[in-house]
Amino acid sequence: MTEQTARKTPTLRNVAFDVERVRADFPILAKPMRGKPLVFLDSAASAQKPQAVLDAMTRLYSDDYANVHRAVYELSERATAAYEGARAKIARYVNAHDTREVIFVRGTTEAINLVAQAWGRNFLKSGDEVLITGLEHHSNIVPWQMLRDQIGIKLVVTPIDRQGELIMEEFERLLTPRTKLVAFPHVSNALGTVLPVAEICRMAHKVGALALVDGAQGAPHFRPDVQTLGCDFYAFSGHKLYGPTGTGVLWGRRELLDAMPPWQGGGDMIRSVTFEKTEYNDLPYKFEAGTPAIADAVGFGAAIDYLDALPWDAVEAHEAEVLAHGTAVLKDIPGVRLIGEARRKAGVLSFLIEGVHPHDVGTVLDTEGIAVRTGHHCAQPVMEFFGIPATARASLGLYTTLADMDALGSGVRKVKEFFRV
Amino acid sequence: MSDLRELYQEVILDHSRRPRNFGACPNCNRDAKGHNPLCGDRLTVHLDVEGDTIRDAHFEGQGCAISVASASLMTEMIKGKTVAEAKALFEQFHAMVTGGDAGGDDLDKLEVLAGVRDYPVRVKCATLAWHTLAAALDNGHMPVVTE
Repeated sequence: MTEQTARKTPTLRNVAFDVERVRADFPILAKPMRGKPLVFLDSAASAQKPQAVLDAMTRLYSDDYANVHRAVYELSERATAAYEGARAKIARYVNAHDTREVIFVRGTTEAINLVAQAWGRNFLKSGDEVLITGLEHHSNIVPWQMLRDQIGIKLVVTPIDRQGELIMEEFERLLTPRTKLVAFPHVSNALGTVLPVAEICRMAHKVGALALVDGAQGAPHFRPDVQTLGCDFYAFSGHKLYGPTGTGVLWGRRELLDAMPPWQGGGDMIRSVTFEKTEYNDLPYKFEAGTPAIADAVGFGAAIDYLDALPWDAVEAHEAEVLAHGTAVLKDIPGVRLIGEARRKAGVLSFLIEGVHPHDVGTVLDTEGIAVRTGHHCAQPVMEFFGIPATARASLGLYTTLADMDALGSGVRKVKEFFRV
Repeated sequence: MSDLRELYQEVILDHSRRPRNFGACPNCNRDAKGHNPLCGDRLTVHLDVEGDTIRDAHFEGQGCAISVASASLMTEMIKGKTVAEAKALFEQFHAMVTGGDAGGDDLDKLEVLAGVRDYPVRVKCATLAWHTLAAALDNGHMPVVTE
């Protein structure tokens, strides 16, 4: 990952990655499932949580909990310090220049909606184009369709090829001075394709467009550095990053966020309110109306601490090895077809077994203690492109082992045996 | 595997592999489409209804073993029944797969689908054909969606 190499804290760079030690940090991984060891292969939907995240949330609720940003008493100050501390950790983790560029949201979906409504609705006009890709999760399609219906922007889609890669020549052709925003995934959730983020951002900027990266699947596999990636907005979810649900971040360039008006009104986002007029608060609070998910944000901060201490080169190497092994295991089984075989992939094995519906695959694997996702993965246009209703998807996290891939292989063979295909 | 045999009984595997009354139905006078977006299943139910009687029933489409077998068994069971009888059967079937009281002895071979009650997410698979049938009976060319 050349895009990810510039890091500020290289202390653990050369330390080997010990997956068994990491697994011991995730209590749920030791729990049996249907009487078998759990083989959890659905981290792309939501990742499991290390004990440190659970402890941080319990500690906040047991020792330091009150509402934030409001009261003068000690507890509120402690809660505020913990909440803002989490923001600062995340800002450092993604290499933001300014902590105020980190907006807490409920997840990637809300982050993209925020950009569509607070930036798009105010800075785009009828006929302006938003360029997305054929790989999108619904959350990077629907907010732009809503904006199209509100103000008449045009939504343009760069096609993908049979490997599941973005067709760069098509992207270049569709990228014109009419393009005001390029919005695309760091990593495809349905296929695992890794996009050339820095290159796409450079090309977008050349025509004067901004670049929004849906980092929901990218941030868990590559430590994101928003400066090196060169994007203008980076949206990601805490719960896919081993943190609590209901957390996410929109990172955006300061000058853009400053110029954007708030999108939700309420408490915390104001400086003063009269019945005649409201003066809005500064960044980041003007985008955080209402009481935030305080303990969850603190848990997110603990997840970031956890990730920050990992040797990321070794993590990436480990995940690549597991993915390569899983790919080989599945390809070795007659009748198994991988969907998405991009040259650069991360974290996802989407597949079909000839003669067995993915839903039945999922149910049989479940009886073996293997948790995979089946369905369209909130990416129906991707399914339509491949002419299939659904896939089974095994997705990986940092705790996924080579043995998990072998278990998947045996599980798939059992599916075939059971359905006699 | 024994749990699996409860869900996927031999009759279900047989009907999913060789669905009965599968395909278009040129003489049918009613049809409805059903879609389960969760798993991408799509079925069309075709009926030949004369007066109050279902004279013929066919289906086509694609789906998981449970939904295809359920559709296949359904078409076998409703042939020759009155509209009211078919609707009553749907109610009994629904009660059975959702774990309620089956409340009737009319289910006959549909009972092989009783194992679905232990798999709540699969209930929609088992009932898709029946919801689609109800739409066709009420005719009805509006697609039904099970979510």
